[in-house]
Amino acid sequence: MNEALAQLPPLIANHVLLAAAAMALALLIGLPLGLLAARRPRLAAVAVGFAGLVQTIPGLALLALFYPLLLALSALLGGGVPALGFLPALLALTLYALLPILRNVVAGLQGIDPAVLQAADAVGMTPAQRLRLVEAPLAAPVAMAGIRTAAVWTIGAATLATTVGYPSLGNPIFAGLQIERWDLVLAGCVAAAGLALVTDALLGLIERGIGRRDPRRSFTGLALLFLGLALACLPLLQGAQRSVTIGAKNFSEQYVLARLIGLRLERAGYRVTYREGLGSAVAFRALASGDIDVYVEYSGTLWTGAMGRSDTPPRAAMLDGIAHWMAAGPKTALIGPLGFENAYALAVRPGSGLTSIADLAAQAPRLTLGADLEFLDRPEWRAIRDAYGLRFNATRAYSPTFMYRALQSGQADVISAFSSDGRIAADRLTLLSDRKEAMPHYDAILLAAPARAHDARFLAALRPLVNRIHVEDMREANYSVDRDQAKATPEQAAAWLDARTRR
Amino acid sequence: MDFREETGARMADLALAFEQVSRRYAGVAAVDAVSLTVGRGSFVALVGSSGSGKSTLLRLANRLDAPDEGRVLVDGQDIAQADAIRLRRGIGYVFQNIGLFPHMSVAENIGIIPRLEGRASADVGAALAQVGLAADLATRLPAQLSGGQQQRVGIARALAGGGRLLLMDEPFGALDPVTRDTLGRTVRELHETLGLTTILVTHDMAEALLLADRILVMADGRIVADATPHEMLNGQAGPEADALVAIPRAQARRLADLGDE
Repeated sequence: MNEALAQLPPLIANHVLLAAAAMALALLIGLPLGLLAARRPRLAAVAVGFAGLVQTIPGLALLALFYPLLLALSALLGGGVPALGFLPALLALTLYALLPILRNVVAGLQGIDPAVLQAADAVGMTPAQRLRLVEAPLAAPVAMAGIRTAAVWTIGAATLATTVGYPSLGNPIFAGLQIERWDLVLAGCVAAAGLALVTDALLGLIERGIGRRDPRRSFTGLALLFLGLALACLPLLQGAQRSVTIGAKNFSEQYVLARLIGLRLERAGYRVTYREGLGSAVAFRALASGDIDVYVEYSGTLWTGAMGRSDTPPRAAMLDGIAHWMAAGPKTALIGPLGFENAYALAVRPGSGLTSIADLAAQAPRLTLGADLEFLDRPEWRAIRDAYGLRFNATRAYSPTFMYRALQSGQADVISAFSSDGRIAADRLTLLSDRKEAMPHYDAILLAAPARAHDARFLAALRPLVNRIHVEDMREANYSVDRDQAKATPEQAAAWLDARTRR
Repeated sequence: MDFREETGARMADLALAFEQVSRRYAGVAAVDAVSLTVGRGSFVALVGSSGSGKSTLLRLANRLDAPDEGRVLVDGQDIAQADAIRLRRGIGYVFQNIGLFPHMSVAENIGIIPRLEGRASADVGAALAQVGLAADLATRLPAQLSGGQQQRVGIARALAGGGRLLLMDEPFGALDPVTRDTLGRTVRELHETLGLTTILVTHDMAEALLLADRILVMADGRIVADATPHEMLNGQAGPEADALVAIPRAQARRLADLGDE
């Protein structure tokens, strides 16, 4: 738990910075728009309707939607618009915060007694005086309630920024969920909830100050709010110096390998930060754009994904092809293969009698396929499906950890397992052979960002990992993190693996 | 003195004048070609049933509403040429729903016009005393006052701008009969002591008869009677006025009869 708590301060800082920026932007848009809308009923209907529509989009989906949107915008402007990290998270959260602010500003203004407004005109207030002296103070309590709601939502939803590569309190939550480290999940949740509660209490103080015409109370709340903001963001000052950012996708092996890379780089004198829980397609984009400096990819993923190839060449030819493609296109660097494969493989429970995918094809119409979240949308699935004519009774998607549980409990009969997964040996699963070689190779390969492609010191720190990790060791390291009892942390597994690679 | 000079001098003596003023809403005339002059220092009651156009006529005098045709003159000046904000600060306006600013204390409400103009705040104690309120109410919020007290503050606020024209739109409409009566007397006293020109819109003929020097009866956007209370009571102001006067008179007679039984 101590270790879980130790990684919180920089995450809290980033989390608070993002939520505060989103709230500031939402206020900057919402307050004037609300003022305008309160005087124009048609605009109010359109604006509140739009904000309400945005609200119905799940937070995770809204964040994901900004990724292609910003990519398109960047292409339109000739590059330079980051599609990952702070910007998409900021935009999505701002849109999310807009509804409660807009709705309550409009409601607050429209709720003012018409007689009071008539009196304001009759005593000779200019429109600006009427707004400052009458409308703003009378609408403030209702508007403030909306701002409170928006702030609490924004702080909660900011945990989702992790998925687009912006570090937030979602990092320990998503990582903990993957590797079943409930102390990490708890630390992230408690910290996010604590932030929301404190913010809500301070905004409540301001709200009561306004309602009871007690400016001292409001100023105290405001001062404490800004003080808290400054304190929370303090760790960012230390993090300002240039450090290496290591990316990791959202499963155990990636967490372990990221820490292993981190260990080597720290030993070479680098400061290291982690961007974990990246989606498969997001990770390579993040590398190409320099958002992350290094991560472990799988050759087949790159081959069929970013490179858009559909052939399945032998191992060496594929690695060659990747190196050439990188040098010509995205300018990223292939440092080298780590020495093991993490290929997609279909796995079944022991004693099923099945040995190959060809066997499976005959029984598939009576069976349920459990897949990880992306497998069913991947070209590999289409490749084996079409090569063997696979037709399942049903297909279900799980996060990787729950997928193995589903196979054990009988919810699924076949799963899209990974060949380096420790649970294959632990659960004595049978991997079905792919005699038609329909699936491409998935060599774990170490990739570097364009800025690091010719950085000799950086490459020298990582080259010793090339071809040094055996699949049995990787399985064992993975299993030590994934198992239910006596779990190791990714750091511990990485340290063990580090020792094994140096034998 | 030639004719033009004489007209100019007389115009300047008028606190308020309407020249062929019309105001239409969706084609229906709320005020229909009204011409009217109000002399400085007079207390005019504007009487009529609801929808007769009396409130609209009043609101045309401080540009809370604008005429479709005709001119409105305050102190001899066409108000369409004047700055609306300045004009309103110089004219007291009191209405049935009072409209005190609920988030401001009594003192802040009374001091609002000087504050808007960036002047030093009015003497709140004196302003309260003027409308018959104790000085210690100054720190209260409007919600802590009775309806009658609130309207007294409304009147004090209207007068704090220093204007000598007071427009009142059903100012006692929401008050109980006792408060109505005492507040009516207060307004009449203020009218005398401050030398105000007062226009009181009311649908209550008895109130108009007891307070005003001159009574205008409005019906369908036109002024159908214009007479002193004495003339009104003697049936010299036409059939519409007679019908309105008949009501309080009949009530008084029935009350007298009840007392005799």
